[in-house]
Amino acid sequence: MLDVSELQTVEHDVVVIGAGGAGLRAAIESSARGMNTAVISKSLLGKAHTVMAEGGMAAALGNVDARDSWKVHFRDTMRGGKFLNVWRMAELHAKHAPARVRELEDWGAVFDRTKEGLISQRNFGGHRHPRLAHVGDRTGLELIRTLQDHGIHQGITFHMECTALRLLKDGDRIAGVLAYFRETGRFLLLRCKAVILATGGAGKAWRVTSNSWEYTGDGYALAYEAGAELMDIEFTQFHPTGMVWPLSVRGILVTEGVRGDGGILLNKDGKRFMFEYIPEKFAAETANTVEEASRWLDGDKNARRPPELLTRDVVARSIRAEVKAGRGSPHGGAFLDIASRRPADFIKRRLPGMYHQFKELAEVDITKEPMEVGPTLHYFMGGVRVDADTQQTRVNGLFACGECAAGMHGANRLGGNSLSDLIVFGRLAGLGASNYVTALSSQVRADDEQIRAAVRSATDILNRQSGENPYALHEDLQEIMEDCVGIVRVEDELKDGVNRIQALKERVKNVKANGSSQYNPGWHEAISMGSLMVSAEAVARAALMRQESRGAHTRLDYEGERDEWLQYNIVIKKGADGQMQVDKEQRKEPPAYLKEIANAKIEDLEAGKVGQNAPAD
Amino acid sequence: MALRKFRVWRGDGQGGEFKEYDIEVDPGMVVLDVIHRIQAKQANDLAVRWNCKAGKCGSCSMEINGKPRLSCMTRMNAYGPDETITVQPLKTFPVIKDLVTDVSFNYRQNKRIRPFKPGPKGADGNHRMFQEDVDRTQEFRKCIECFLCQDVCHVLRDRDGKDQDRFVGPRFMIRAASLEMHPLDTDDRIPEIRKEYGSGLCNITRCCTEVCPEHIGITDNGIIPLKERVVDRYFDPITMLGRTIFGIKKRKKTLAEGGE
Ligand SMILES: Cc1cc2nc3c(=O)[nH]c(=O)nc-3n(C[C@H](O)[C@H](O)[C@H](O)COP(=O)(O)OP(=O)(O)OC[C@H]3O[C@@H](n4cnc5c(N)ncnc54)[C@H](O)[C@@H]3O)c2cc1C
Ligand code: SF4
Ligand code: SF4
Ligand code: FES
Repeated sequence: MLDVSELQTVEHDVVVIGAGGAGLRAAIESSARGMNTAVISKSLLGKAHTVMAEGGMAAALGNVDARDSWKVHFRDTMRGGKFLNVWRMAELHAKHAPARVRELEDWGAVFDRTKEGLISQRNFGGHRHPRLAHVGDRTGLELIRTLQDHGIHQGITFHMECTALRLLKDGDRIAGVLAYFRETGRFLLLRCKAVILATGGAGKAWRVTSNSWEYTGDGYALAYEAGAELMDIEFTQFHPTGMVWPLSVRGILVTEGVRGDGGILLNKDGKRFMFEYIPEKFAAETANTVEEASRWLDGDKNARRPPELLTRDVVARSIRAEVKAGRGSPHGGAFLDIASRRPADFIKRRLPGMYHQFKELAEVDITKEPMEVGPTLHYFMGGVRVDADTQQTRVNGLFACGECAAGMHGANRLGGNSLSDLIVFGRLAGLGASNYVTALSSQVRADDEQIRAAVRSATDILNRQSGENPYALHEDLQEIMEDCVGIVRVEDELKDGVNRIQALKERVKNVKANGSSQYNPGWHEAISMGSLMVSAEAVARAALMRQESRGAHTRLDYEGERDEWLQYNIVIKKGADGQMQVDKEQRKEPPAYLKEIANAKIEDLEAGKVGQNAPAD
Repeated sequence: MALRKFRVWRGDGQGGEFKEYDIEVDPGMVVLDVIHRIQAKQANDLAVRWNCKAGKCGSCSMEINGKPRLSCMTRMNAYGPDETITVQPLKTFPVIKDLVTDVSFNYRQNKRIRPFKPGPKGADGNHRMFQEDVDRTQEFRKCIECFLCQDVCHVLRDRDGKDQDRFVGPRFMIRAASLEMHPLDTDDRIPEIRKEYGSGLCNITRCCTEVCPEHIGITDNGIIPLKERVVDRYFDPITMLGRTIFGIKKRKKTLAEGGE
């Protein structure tokens, strides 16, 4: 029997799982509050998903348009999220984002500038004013590098290429993490008092996705197994513009910045089709003629926004509808044209990453030709359910932030609201965890049996005589999700999906990795299949339960938003019988001032007629 | 679809050898796609690093037909239809397994660079910097830490152990430059750049600049200006005296300070 005392063991107050924007910001905060803090991540430092973010981070700095304020940002976020957002989170986010962005500048970030020498801000879908602080189209790189270069001097311990396998508990409290190092295949036992999950989403359950291999929903599975709840997990965002050709790059993201900077969508007949798809709710704030849209692009503040900048769910569904109607581009997408709208040097300066990406991966010169784009699975709005102010889950000592947490974005996320989410809630999670640890009155200790069980379930995969190929299982799961839990959903397919996931789960139990434990991607793939299965099942079951279409969740058999469903979140937990339990849960009533701001007419809000009584913090 | 021949280095720190794989390749594929296909179909445990598959994270560096490159940005049609593709790990860093190397050297160098030290904010709570003044720093900050420049730099490559920590390498020279040329930074970094980071060891071969996938002017825009600042400081007694007495940091005035 494995002797636990022989495992490499470290002790910390707080362990952060994930080194993206959220995890790094959480660790910086926790360390600043005097906690002995460690960060573990599956990749090397600086390589997390955050590095790929392109367009920018949203904060109502008001540098480009002084009419902007946290209230307008909050209102946009709620409307984008179809009012399903946790009100308090959307409020905290809008209020705190400007200070968090300015703080990055103190830590060395260099954003693009306005003529006045301030942080420049760009337009993005669903944002009323130019609001996204950015650096060309590599904003995520700027964010992660700034946090990384600041973080390494804050006394934080980093374990790179170290994967969390299981959360350990002492009764109902968190007591540690069992992880393993990729490089050696050795286990690492982290004993600690609090854990912050910052593991990102689970896009890898789909075939066409902008997400990397890391996005296997580990945080969801870790939290679920430890007794925490998942919420709003049916809301999976399909970004409207992923690359569609060549096949091998299908899904790779084309930033919304292209449309923010003037790009338009055309069908195969050269028609600018988005004008046909303006939802009634947004009609008052959207240009309805090409002429008005052009004036907006030229900076006319009285012109309304072009329909290409409607929220992502709307644009993604519109592209899909055009393709279905036989008006798609040659490889089954739409044309995204900026070449005819902006001069070549403007495009190269504002969108250098996109220019290179298309030139090198698709042999397309975007300053001369249109791009071909189509929807790609991009982001999880839902995730681990947390308290809005402390980011704590219902498990004592377990916190979550960033993409892996739920609540902030409701049914649909606005572009740019994720990077700001990471730094706002990363900080709050760091704060929440340190307060929790400080208040903890007695020691915690995980018993050996839990640790042994976790080690065993990982090593069984290698030791098994024979079994299923993990890569083949993963492809099968992706097939199920593309077939049954896609951009539009219906009951029969969802039920079929749930059944097929159940069947696949049985096969996953028998997954086998060949080779040794040292840097073995097959083993890693096999381990992450467990997390992917929990995530996929949760999405399918929640999608089946929600009988309406709201934001990123579209049910062909239940069209339109239904008022009764606005009353509920879908909450998932592991039942006493070990089965996944899916419940409708009544939402809390928001404070009156937030309701008033969210529902205000924009003119009234900007004129200061509404929301004067809102507290400053 | 075409059948292509791949030679992939398989092994670990103890040694290894090239193994051949015949594998179907579809149009539009990059080298990393083919490696993934080999991994899924023929060698489940083939070790390779990657994340973004779009040239943004700098994880997938390796040597392809002898050239250090990002495998996710290297298209198969860059090679002749019958050409065998040979892939091996970066040479400068110790191998962990197959195509994966131990790049911890780089993380150690980064830690040696002192953190950013900004001056005070303006009265309105904002820092002011103008685009013209940050262009250079932004160029350096495009770095995706692929470490290809570190891989080709002969100072790091030819080390017999002794130079290892005497020169931080091109990646970290431009990181130092990005701070030194940052309009808000108040730290005096020149002594470190000379003594600690080893600016004198670079003899401007420009190999680093040639391989940089981000097209950063590592040598001409970063290292050479730093070397000039070092020379300026250490061999010009007049300015040197001025600096020790008045603590002046030599740099062009920014627009915000009334510079041109
Ligand atoms: C191509 C692309 C472009 C985007 N552009 C924008 C944009 O312009 N604006 C915007 O606001 N948002 C954008 N997003 C979304 C945004 O980038 C992500 O939602 C965000 O970066 C997630 O950050 P995070 O800190 O939550 O997680 P990540 O940055 O993904 O980090 C997750 C971390 O968790 C670690 N991890 C996961 N599982 C484990 C485990 N089991 N053990 C140990 N470590 C683990 C990973 O190694 C990683 O370090 C974009 C996303 C993509 C893919
Ligand atoms: S120019 Fe200097 S840093 Fe660059 S490769 Fe040559 S010696 Fe190394
Ligand atoms: S400077 Fe260029 S080559 Fe060197 S690590 Fe950065 S991106 Fe790579
Ligand atoms: S995988 Fe990110 S640069 Fe190649």
